[in-house]
Amino acid sequence: MTTPDTVSATVDVTRDLTGDLAVDLTADPIRAVLTHYVLGLADDALILAQRLGELVTRAPQIEEDIALANIALDLLGQARTLLGHAGEIEGAGRDEDDLAFLRDEREFRNVQLVEIPGGDFAVTMARQLIFAGYQYELYRGLVGSADPTLAGLAAKAVKEVAYHRDHARQWVLRLGDGTEESHRRMQAGLDSTWPYVDELFESGPGPGLALLDGIAVDPTSLRPAWESFVGDVIGEATLTTPQPIWRARGGRTGYHTEHLGHLLPEMQYLHRAHPGASW
Amino acid sequence: MTNRTIETGSRGSDLTELERLRAVAGAVPDPEIPVLTLDDLGIVRNVEQRPDGTVEVTLTPTYTGCPATAVIAADVESALRGVGVARVTVRTVLAPAWTTDWISDDGRRKLREFGIAPPEACRPVQVRLTLTARCPRCGSTSTREISRFGSTPCKSLWSCLSCLEPFDSFKAL
Repeated sequence: MTTPDTVSATVDVTRDLTGDLAVDLTADPIRAVLTHYVLGLADDALILAQRLGELVTRAPQIEEDIALANIALDLLGQARTLLGHAGEIEGAGRDEDDLAFLRDEREFRNVQLVEIPGGDFAVTMARQLIFAGYQYELYRGLVGSADPTLAGLAAKAVKEVAYHRDHARQWVLRLGDGTEESHRRMQAGLDSTWPYVDELFESGPGPGLALLDGIAVDPTSLRPAWESFVGDVIGEATLTTPQPIWRARGGRTGYHTEHLGHLLPEMQYLHRAHPGASW
Repeated sequence: MTNRTIETGSRGSDLTELERLRAVAGAVPDPEIPVLTLDDLGIVRNVEQRPDGTVEVTLTPTYTGCPATAVIAADVESALRGVGVARVTVRTVLAPAWTTDWISDDGRRKLREFGIAPPEACRPVQVRLTLTARCPRCGSTSTREISRFGSTPCKSLWSCLSCLEPFDSFKAL
């Protein structure tokens, strides 16, 4: 009874994982999976940079405009290195701009957490806590990668992300342990973002990360340290860790919420209108 | 020790071409904090000449997304062209990761005089002590952090409780 489903699911997974890449999963599995993996890290950073950039002039205070823009800039810098690296591994001549501006929605491999709209400031801060907490553990793990570009970026970026994580922590504490209204909204922020947490820590489909031993970091291994950090912040902020009844999935294989489809035209407009434009 | 001094002294009067170019690149001012040179910041990693005569400069960014990086590369290129180098390439490397500990003592003094509190000595990642920054104007340590993120990625925003002036502080990284 389950056989046909299993077969078609396997085929789908292969296509979803690397189908749009110019490197063949069967002929060159390690290179294909590594391209996919690095693009996932790159797209997380790129899409969140775009989301945070939207808050410039819209944050609750000018210091936050500046802080969120700074964090976005760090993420954009990380994304540029990662996109350039993914293009080199793929080996088809695509550079960072091709990958950022000329891919469509289904070719993006970011988790859905980074693409959902910020909405209330507390939603943005909940996402920052989740994501910076995750990225901090990720980069700490990648410092030991056998891939020198990943290791070099990780050693640099972990220092930047330590500031992002602390920034989110301070806001969650302030809002959670603040007034009745700020507490209510911070809790609502956590509640609305928590269904997107699991996706960060999934090892993904297909032959996957087992092929990248010593190069990639298995996301499942990051969860205990992340839970310990986030749990402490939530407790200290007098908030409650949500127990969501559903969870997002599919971002790493190109299945996204409708929100990514609205974000991309704004991000890609200039490059597509003026191909090859440079400063 | 005496030998080294003599050695340095004799080399001082007879800089190799490459050392001269290295000094030219290092003397380029930072576009965002122009009182500092690239050598003050410690971001010129290497200068070498390829067999075909091209001078290759290796820089490291302060932050991965620092928008000044491209401007710095252009400034280095134009400074070297200005002293007669025909072909220049500028390469950016991330590893080893830059740290504020590489800012020279002279650089720290210049920062203070410019009105920016120099960075504390860097600690291993993930220390979140709020250390006091000394007001670069009146020297008071009675100061308060307004925001950890300032007008450039490398600075935070502070306010002095003694002279009431706001000031930037270079973040330890």
